[in-house]
Amino acid sequence: MENEKNRKTSPLLALISPTQFILGVLLAFIAGAVFLWVFGESPADAYGALFKGAFSSKRYFAETLLSTTPLIFGGLAVALGFRCGLFNMGVEGQIVLGGMAAAYVGYAWELPLLIHLPLALLAGAVAGGIWGAIPGYLKAKHRIHEVITTIMLNYIVFQVAAYMIAVGGPMKADNELPVSPDVLPTAQLARIWEGTRLSGGIFIALIFAVLVWVFLFKTRLGYKMRAVGLNSSAAEFAGIKPGRMMVWAMFLSGALGGLAGAVEVLGVHYKFYSTFSPGYGWDAIAVALLGLNHPVGVVASAFLFGVLRSGSITMQAIAQISKDIVLILSALIIFFTATNQTLRPILERLTLRLDTRRAK
Amino acid sequence: MYLEMKNIVRRFPGVLANDHICLEIEKGEIHGLLGENGAGKTTLMNVLCGLARPDEGEILIDGMKVEFGNCLDAIKCGIGMVHQHFMLVPVFTVTENFILGNEPRKGARIDTARAREMVLELSEKHGLKVDPDALIKDISVGMQQRVEILKALSRGAELMILDEPTAVLTPQEVEDLYRIMRSLQEAGHTIIFITHKLQEIKEITDRVTVLRDGRVVGIVRTKDVEQVELARMMVGRDVVLRVEKDQHAPGEVMMSVKDLRANDSRGLTKLKDITFDVRAGEIVGIAGVAGNGQEELVEVLTGLRKQESGSITLDMQDISQLNPRERMYAGLAHIPQDRQRRGLVMNFSLVDNFLLGYEDLKPFARGPMLDYREAEKFASKLIKMFDVRTPGSQILARTLSGGNQQKAILAREFQRDPKLLIAAQPTRGLDVAAIEFIHNELIKFRDQDKAVLLISMELTEILDLSDRILVIYEGEIVGEFKSGQATPEQLGLLMAGSKKGQM
Amino acid sequence: MEVWSNVFSLALFTATIRSATPILFPALAGIFSERSGVLNIALEGIMLISAFAAVVGSYYTNNAWLGVLCAVIAGVLTSLIHAFMCINLRADQAIVGTGINILGAGLPSFLLLKLFGSQGISPIVERIHEWRIPILADIPVIGPILGEQSPLVYISLVMVPVSYFVLFKTPFGLRLRSVGENPHASETVGVSVFRFRYLGVIISGVLAALGGAFLSVSYLAQFVKLMTAGRGFIGLAAMIFGRWNPWGALFACLLFGFADALQAAAQASNVPIAPQFLRMLPYVLTIIALVGAMGRANPPAFVAKPYEKA
Repeated sequence: MENEKNRKTSPLLALISPTQFILGVLLAFIAGAVFLWVFGESPADAYGALFKGAFSSKRYFAETLLSTTPLIFGGLAVALGFRCGLFNMGVEGQIVLGGMAAAYVGYAWELPLLIHLPLALLAGAVAGGIWGAIPGYLKAKHRIHEVITTIMLNYIVFQVAAYMIAVGGPMKADNELPVSPDVLPTAQLARIWEGTRLSGGIFIALIFAVLVWVFLFKTRLGYKMRAVGLNSSAAEFAGIKPGRMMVWAMFLSGALGGLAGAVEVLGVHYKFYSTFSPGYGWDAIAVALLGLNHPVGVVASAFLFGVLRSGSITMQAIAQISKDIVLILSALIIFFTATNQTLRPILERLTLRLDTRRAK
Repeated sequence: MYLEMKNIVRRFPGVLANDHICLEIEKGEIHGLLGENGAGKTTLMNVLCGLARPDEGEILIDGMKVEFGNCLDAIKCGIGMVHQHFMLVPVFTVTENFILGNEPRKGARIDTARAREMVLELSEKHGLKVDPDALIKDISVGMQQRVEILKALSRGAELMILDEPTAVLTPQEVEDLYRIMRSLQEAGHTIIFITHKLQEIKEITDRVTVLRDGRVVGIVRTKDVEQVELARMMVGRDVVLRVEKDQHAPGEVMMSVKDLRANDSRGLTKLKDITFDVRAGEIVGIAGVAGNGQEELVEVLTGLRKQESGSITLDMQDISQLNPRERMYAGLAHIPQDRQRRGLVMNFSLVDNFLLGYEDLKPFARGPMLDYREAEKFASKLIKMFDVRTPGSQILARTLSGGNQQKAILAREFQRDPKLLIAAQPTRGLDVAAIEFIHNELIKFRDQDKAVLLISMELTEILDLSDRILVIYEGEIVGEFKSGQATPEQLGLLMAGSKKGQM
Repeated sequence: MEVWSNVFSLALFTATIRSATPILFPALAGIFSERSGVLNIALEGIMLISAFAAVVGSYYTNNAWLGVLCAVIAGVLTSLIHAFMCINLRADQAIVGTGINILGAGLPSFLLLKLFGSQGISPIVERIHEWRIPILADIPVIGPILGEQSPLVYISLVMVPVSYFVLFKTPFGLRLRSVGENPHASETVGVSVFRFRYLGVIISGVLAALGGAFLSVSYLAQFVKLMTAGRGFIGLAAMIFGRWNPWGALFACLLFGFADALQAAAQASNVPIAPQFLRMLPYVLTIIALVGAMGRANPPAFVAKPYEKA
């Protein structure tokens, strides 16, 4: 048979994914340093302030984990979409909607804790899920590229959110501010670290990372979604319905996005206001891509972006550098990961060569 | 010597596609380039037409060294190539394709009138009729090939490379092509003719260079050599050129298709009330030129496309309203035409690929979960049974060779224990060993009293394997023959659209 | 009913043209890029960066036209990133585009703080004033609508027939379209896929930059964070709705422009609908238009598919 001798394998291949992760982070930080230097900032000072802001005290570190929480959910949302071949750019909108629904259940209904909290979380997930399923349906049924529809739906949600808490809006609290009433204690996520704002949400996020992993790689539905994502034509030939999988994948992706918002509202702010997410939904794209759409990678990169998010606030205060440098780093990471498809075969070849040399 | 390629080396990651190849072409000859799929023929020709740069080696024309940075350089040296996959823009007209890269201008505009004239002039001169205003996607492959040949001639091609030009043609169109080639030869052109079909080499070439595994294994005058010897050179061992097949009495009707009518995605009727049966223990071959409704037929039979009217019965059960999965469970298996696109998920491991279609069945499905321990057992069994050469079941499908990929599909589909197997182009692009393997498996399957519907553009494959042959033309069955009753010429005429009565 | 008659006035149509412009530019930009085979969802980001560059240029030179020049330079540079990643590195085009969009959100904010010490908005700068076209401006009905608009509006309208001519009547256009429909065919006749894809993306960058500059130094006279508000994406929707044809895109942009003008006029006239719902109108309409457009629209065959030399 043709070229059978050239087809090799090596246990070292398993190291490629972590390598790609680390390379991506390093290159983004280096490129970011060059960028800062070009604009006359000291990269050392900037990164120094960044890491100080993320790690230097208990409170700072808690804030880092606090930012990590919605990023894990958001990253899982984007990753799940990608696994089924769908680019969910609507996570930001799903976060806002999820937060809104969770807040409503949280303040408007009076229920015992054991029911109230799960129900509020569920409301967030369902709201985000339905909002995600719409572009999934439009893609499956009308072949409309989900990127445009998810973006459009974001803008629609932002207006809905603004309406809800505007003067005379249905969710407006009885005060001067454009916010909803406070969520009842029975629907609040408990704080788990004295003197900080860190809530149990981080554990829920980690549990969901495990659940998503099991779902993707151990269940029938997850298997079918991955088959559609990698080759929908072959999946269809094997009797899997790509359209149905797409709607499901976008529903679940949106639900994860909704949970990000719900956990943020129920665990941090205890109320809804339209700008409660500082752009977690956008970071989520970079989180998923850097994490190679794998739950383990997502958790790792969510933590990295948590560091960036919380550190950048201190950085802006100390070094007078806009916290939006996070977006620039995020863009750089995305650029790097966009070449993964091209890069991976090269890394594979290098690894194999390395392995043969080692064998000798 | 008109053209010399000296010690050409071309590497791909992990593969030496051309290993110090030397090729000499004399002025005015038709030179065959013979080799199996993957022997390096196309790579070598891509080097010659400027599409790829050699890693080592040189090209001489009339003794002068030339270097091609791109296709334009090669065109300037009088080298034109008609690629296996035509290099035409489907949504452009014949004229637009013709002038692309070489447009006549009137001010800033394209001089459309002049362009049209150019096409007509040249087509007149070479006696090759084409419609300058037709869109490429609307004309037949034979016609598209003419456009390609004319396009090369218009750019002053002295040396014409034809890469597997017969693969998509009917026997009559092949005759036409030979006629064109001979007249080009008379006009002083030189032709390199690439093929893996021995008979074609014998018929048209003056000399032949044989490639195997990226190396030259023989250069001979065609008339001095027998087909068997060429075959031995090409494959590297003795090959049986005919498929060994015993008579086998067909049994009950397994699949019955009645008045099946279907449209393509653009709404054009592609199947016009097709009716046929396939019996147990019988291989029914559907012969036809690509694009005459074969794809739609497969899609309708497997449930991927809705029929407009008509019925499909499988073992007495009406399956025409079932979805693909239900048909699969009802006893239909399918080897798709394009294994890379439809047969396998290339970035899935072998295990995951074997699971396709089994994921909802015992013992793999356990509630909502998948039992990967069972899947692994299943995978090792299939790998062993069908001799899939792989380092393990966790290997991604894309890293396997074409032959092994096809074996994996075959293994998976046979394992369904189907009543009927639809095999569409099951051996396209494979080397001889893999083709033999797959042909034998299909016959073994038939000998177990199973039904096979074989769809192939390769007439020899149809003739070798089928117990009964149906000819499809423009969505209709225009002829039916028992094994041994049909000659290639008869089939060819029907495939080209002349009705039985007019023969 | 009183308020609604205020909404439907001649000024509404003047505003329609004005609102169509920042969608028409990215729509045409998308056509050039996608016709050459490069998916360009980066238009939103390119517009934001260019809009900011226009303000910076205008701020330092006190000349809005030099601001436009800065925008074009910024647009070309940004689109070169896209081109390099997509064409040379064969990266996933949707992902690169997203990266640029995120860069477009971050970079101006970063520089706002750096250059102007402010967050969210820039100082007011010199802007491009409307031109009054003699004769045209005096024609009834048409005059008020078309006769007195920003020169960038006129440029966008002129670009429609120009784009059409370039794409469908010239050798350049034939070659550009060929690399988007079958790059392998182009390469065999000596048409460089790399060159024409680069050109497609660069032209796209220039057009998107003009759209960004229109927003920041003509429509307004300052940069506002995320001021494009999805217009790059709406432009892409217009491109799809217009079947990758400049005339079709113009039609779609006028439709979206009308929706935008309508909601603005309705807000100004205090119609009894919450302003938030009025603001949704262009986005809702975009989705509806896409549902209507699909099935009859065929993108270039090789869009978003990287080309690899043999």
